[in-house]
Amino acid sequence: MAEAKMRARGKNPILRTPLPTLPPHKRSRVALGLTAAAARGALELQVCRDCGAAQYPPREVCRDCLSSRLFWRPHKGEGELVAETTLHAAQELYFRERLPWRIGVVRLDGGANLVAYVYDRVRRAPCRVRVEAALDRGGQAVLIAVPAIGSTDLSIDPKLREMTCDPRARKILVTDGKSAIGQAVVRALAAGGAEAIWVGEAEPWKKIAGTTKLRDLPQVSMVPLDVTDSASVRELAGEIGAKVDILVNTADCHRTLAIAARGALDAAQLEMDVNYFGLLRLAKEFAPLLKARAADGPANAIAWVNVLSIFALSNYPPHGTYSASKAAALSLSQALRGDLYAAGVRLINLFPGPVDDEWDQLELPPKLSPSALAAALIEALQGSMEDVYPGEVAQDWLARHRENAKALERELSEGNR
Amino acid sequence: MARGGYGDVVLAAPVTVPYVRYSIRGAHWFLGRALAQLLAVAKIPKQRVDGLAVASFTLAPDTAVGLTQNLGLTLRWLDNVPMGGASAVVSIRRAARAVQNGDAEIVACVAGDTNHTDSFRRNTSAFSQFAQDAVYPYGSGGPNTSFALLTSYYMRTYGAKREDFGKLCVAQRNNALKNPLALFKKPLTLDQYLNARLVAEPLRLFDCVMPCAGAEGFLVMREDTARDLGLPFARLLAAIERHNAFPDDPIQYRGGWVMDRAELYVQAGLMPADIDFIEVYDDYPVINVLQFEDLGFCSKGEGPDFIRANTFEIDGTFPCNTSGGQLSVGQAGAAGGHLGAVEAIRQLTGQTLGAPVAGAKYGLVSGFGMINYDRGICSGAVVLAAD
Repeated sequence: MAEAKMRARGKNPILRTPLPTLPPHKRSRVALGLTAAAARGALELQVCRDCGAAQYPPREVCRDCLSSRLFWRPHKGEGELVAETTLHAAQELYFRERLPWRIGVVRLDGGANLVAYVYDRVRRAPCRVRVEAALDRGGQAVLIAVPAIGSTDLSIDPKLREMTCDPRARKILVTDGKSAIGQAVVRALAAGGAEAIWVGEAEPWKKIAGTTKLRDLPQVSMVPLDVTDSASVRELAGEIGAKVDILVNTADCHRTLAIAARGALDAAQLEMDVNYFGLLRLAKEFAPLLKARAADGPANAIAWVNVLSIFALSNYPPHGTYSASKAAALSLSQALRGDLYAAGVRLINLFPGPVDDEWDQLELPPKLSPSALAAALIEALQGSMEDVYPGEVAQDWLARHRENAKALERELSEGNR
Repeated sequence: MARGGYGDVVLAAPVTVPYVRYSIRGAHWFLGRALAQLLAVAKIPKQRVDGLAVASFTLAPDTAVGLTQNLGLTLRWLDNVPMGGASAVVSIRRAARAVQNGDAEIVACVAGDTNHTDSFRRNTSAFSQFAQDAVYPYGSGGPNTSFALLTSYYMRTYGAKREDFGKLCVAQRNNALKNPLALFKKPLTLDQYLNARLVAEPLRLFDCVMPCAGAEGFLVMREDTARDLGLPFARLLAAIERHNAFPDDPIQYRGGWVMDRAELYVQAGLMPADIDFIEVYDDYPVINVLQFEDLGFCSKGEGPDFIRANTFEIDGTFPCNTSGGQLSVGQAGAAGGHLGAVEAIRQLTGQTLGAPVAGAKYGLVSGFGMINYDRGICSGAVVLAAD
């Protein structure tokens, strides 16, 4: 029974579950440049191509030379915390429910003032700081002043952990534990302090190497789940859905067929059934449950993770049907993300390049190990981002895609990986 | 080219639509009532008013344009002045040139806002693009956040103490107790000020203005017109305005007055010591101190000593915000910018609601407004004289 290994949370069933509130969501279009970078975990500011001035808040025209050639560029975010305050009153319910908040103004080296949250361990103003970008619970970018030196763990800040989805003490569903990736993810979540992990198993009679080891982990309960079967998804949602804090969708069907290959249609249908319709079935049953528990105390429902593929960005013809199914899943995930953010639940997509598993056998290195992918997933949960491109190949394809998507399409169609 | 003086331009008919904490009326009601009071005081028909300057935050989707049709006014001069706490100074400055040069004969300067139970949140959440994008998402503190940052910087840099700001707030409350229209009716002790609930460190409750509904208004015309109408008036001696001064300061520790104060006193033919009372923009006490310094009553950084060396009541050594100011009367939105101007006209024309400053001949009204992002953008001041 799935319940067997779970520690009782001690939730009083008589008490009303608080409803989710969100920080202010409204931004001008130009300000969403900050969000675009924060989604990848990066800080970017507008820099004027003509005079070099960094700009903040985001704007349409350079504050110095009035050039309209403002481009978002990575920024170190180094500067001085000039002044700070701690808010004990707020107008929006989200902040009011979580008072107090430490806010400061940072003067960046080279000009521009940033209003930012101030991380717990920053000394009192004035002092040197570094500014990072994060995503708030509504998915919009916010700035955080952190100590100038050393690394930062937002998940240990009593307030700014709101920006993260730390798996510590969470109850997590991993939809498929049979693949190498699924197993690596379960192990990483267990090591990351997850309180309970339900691991989906589509065809329990198939004995797959490694699943026995998973069963031995104290947090793990194997549960029947076949994402191609609506009844199976519905049943599991009915059983554990109201307890899941984080859903990690590792269910994946990967055949290596070009679109003209014999059997490509059957493979494509199977891939779509798992990669696209599987996600849709999960979304239909689990998303409303996660949203309903998005403000359920410190152990609230908080995140949904999809393991997609870098092939979702641009079709990789040797894996043509698989690329298409992942592109479909990416598109669907955007609709799901908007739906989940309305309650403050974050959707994180991982876009790994070729993984060192059986289905990417013919891909040349560098390949991503399942454990490296799992580590990237944990890092994304502990940090504050929603699009993760783990490994060299994913980073390379992303850079090529952002610079010239058409060029990447041509390169991939010519077999130039 | 030297700026021309304001000649025979005068201000008259100070009116206030009594403030209320919350109202079910719209801004049009308050502005309409202000205009009706102006006509009643001046004993003129509506048709005599041929110019209008309007300041309001809650008039949307209307502007001054919509108000003309709403109030049935046919005008030949119209100005919408969306400058919050600086709007009175700016309205005076523009209306003066209009009547001086014959573009209008009588300009009504009105400012007012309503305040529904959720107005303030709505206004501050979309106050400006920068505020919406880069301030409000951080705790949604509204102006409390910005002024807390300025105040903490000022205290740290110039050694101001909470007691210094408290002294200003207590003095203003004492002034307000003599003003029947002030919303705050009870005395404020320094202890109450110091121990009030925290709002945004170092600010506590009585550092922050209370939003309310209400309106203020006055008329700008030439001396001859005022005499014909039998209206007591105050003369306009000098006026300055400045927007986005010192954009490269890391934080606002001075305002645009610094750039223009020499011109203000030259135009007025006065020195700071000649001023008998001052009406400063006071949504938070730190901004009073910036005005004391930047308008030349003391040097930058000497604000704390200046406060300790003076008293600010109506009968004090430095009468300041003699109606009680926004901190003790209430902040009726954009009318907050007009509160000081209306009070100064009352003081200089012997029409005070409360106590007069004895022998007051010269009054200085200062405006400050619009925290667009991390600082107030608009500043200005006028010097008025008794007839």
